[in-house]
Amino acid sequence: MANDIFVWIEQSNGAGDPISWEAIGAARQVAAGLGGQVVALVLGQGAANDLAARAIQYGADRVFTAADPSLNYFRLEPYAAVITKLAQEHQPAAIIMGASNAGLELSAYVAAKLGVGLAPDCTGLAVENGSLTATRPVLVGNLTAKIEFGPARPQLATIRRRVFAVPEADSSRTGEISQVEPVLAEADIPTKVEGVEAAAGQVSLTDANIIVSGGRGVGGPEGFAPVKALAEALGGAMGASRAAVDAGWVPYAHQVGQTGKTVQPDLYIACGISGAIQHLAGMKTAKIIVAVNKDREAPIFKYASYGIVGDLFQYLPALTEEFKKRLGK
Amino acid sequence: MNIITLIKQVPDTAQLSSSVNGLQLMSQGGPRIVNPWDEYTLETGIQLKEAHGGTVTVVCMGEPDSTEAIKRGLAMGADEAVLISDPLLEGSDTLATARALVAAIRKLGQVDLIIAGRSAIDGNTAATAAQVAALLDIPQLSYVAAIKALDPVTKTITVERLIEGGRETVSSRLPAVLSVVKEINEPRYPSFMGIRKAAKKEIPQWSVADLGLEAGQVGRAGSQIKWPEVNLPPAREAQVEIIEGPPAEAAKILADRLMAEKVI
Repeated sequence: MANDIFVWIEQSNGAGDPISWEAIGAARQVAAGLGGQVVALVLGQGAANDLAARAIQYGADRVFTAADPSLNYFRLEPYAAVITKLAQEHQPAAIIMGASNAGLELSAYVAAKLGVGLAPDCTGLAVENGSLTATRPVLVGNLTAKIEFGPARPQLATIRRRVFAVPEADSSRTGEISQVEPVLAEADIPTKVEGVEAAAGQVSLTDANIIVSGGRGVGGPEGFAPVKALAEALGGAMGASRAAVDAGWVPYAHQVGQTGKTVQPDLYIACGISGAIQHLAGMKTAKIIVAVNKDREAPIFKYASYGIVGDLFQYLPALTEEFKKRLGK
Repeated sequence: MNIITLIKQVPDTAQLSSSVNGLQLMSQGGPRIVNPWDEYTLETGIQLKEAHGGTVTVVCMGEPDSTEAIKRGLAMGADEAVLISDPLLEGSDTLATARALVAAIRKLGQVDLIIAGRSAIDGNTAATAAQVAALLDIPQLSYVAAIKALDPVTKTITVERLIEGGRETVSSRLPAVLSVVKEINEPRYPSFMGIRKAAKKEIPQWSVADLGLEAGQVGRAGSQIKWPEVNLPPAREAQVEIIEGPPAEAAKILADRLMAEKVI
């Protein structure tokens, strides 16, 4: 198994996170370069078998599942213990995960336990001379670094969300599914999950195809109503600039930018956002950017494909109306 | 409570402009700031000390001029500080960095809580806190948005974490590593007295030898990750099309464009 690629399949309540299918796609490319197999790791109870089958359809050749109540919620220590042990036993060439909140820390923790190299949040992966190489944004997207790994195996990388394509699922694919035991007993796990509060009914910013964000120009908490209405009409998520969050108009979970979230939607509509470098850091790789701003000189227009220079309180309701019509709502 | 705050000094991305690009910002010295996430790190440590007693020690690894970031921490209210600086540390990847930080933490003695920021705005790895926890073999609580309870006697902590798709309440034993996000607090401005106190404070500088590490455990020699090339990202090719007209008309044109782009 010395050329195999492990991929961690992230799940929440039995639902696979799309970033894991993106990771399988990335792993298939790497496996082609290394001549190994793609091995999916599905941790958690319940839907493990279903997720294992999905992982095979998306491109895994083999799956290890660990189903135990102690693995129901993602917790760093028990998850890392299973993956570290499997890596020690099977000596894969690389481990790839999504650069989700959980994937970033899990990969870092496993890399430290194994004493190997880690390239987080990669936007490109390749194989050169039998070794993984990566491309990743640094200085919050203002620079791009090429990463090379030393000889230690496995080489760990996490991939940025929505950069690598989800492979076509192929229901005719088959693969071996093997069960493994959890490594840590519940009593040896230092953390307990006391409760989880789901952000009900909201589209997650990091998963969103479409994001509509408001900034200082919306003028106050009420000003976010037309921003939210447009986001809902488009089936998208609502974002905000730091200025709007710091002013207390919207919760921090909506902040896009240097000290908030980095997003990668197909469409980003910036409303009343001037385009400070810290905000651009979080959204400038969106496929299409639309800016609605009173000030034609605002830096956001340098990054936008389409712009409307005008009062967002007049234009956003018109846009909402028009998109509702087009989308048959 | 013995609290250690891990902070980093970074280039100030607010200095980026049409005339200063990322490469120039990194190479030309220029103003350096406390990593923005670490302002929350420092504030968290200081608030916990105020509530539960004890000391806050700032640990910072970086160039000798990183004392600026450390002084900010001291001026805000941290008690002690250590700078880890040595030419042998150059080229350290996240794990080599974690090794040096862990050696410093061990040298400082008994610790209850290690606090770090979600990530640093230069390397953007979001890895160091988790790797410090892994090497110390203590729990890590990440994306902490609130501290719900802390009991220094029973050595337990309960926090609220910001997870993708919601919030999670988790309890843990201490010592633990916390990595915090912006929602956790509003960092204070240093007081005049604080700034004066910080200016006078002696900041010990620890070398690799002081940490009891070998040269091969840190820096380029101790790292599995190299970054031979750092470039400017490709320029965004967008040429903005300004859509004119009254709202209803502009909305029609924009909808046409976005449907043609296949993004809606």
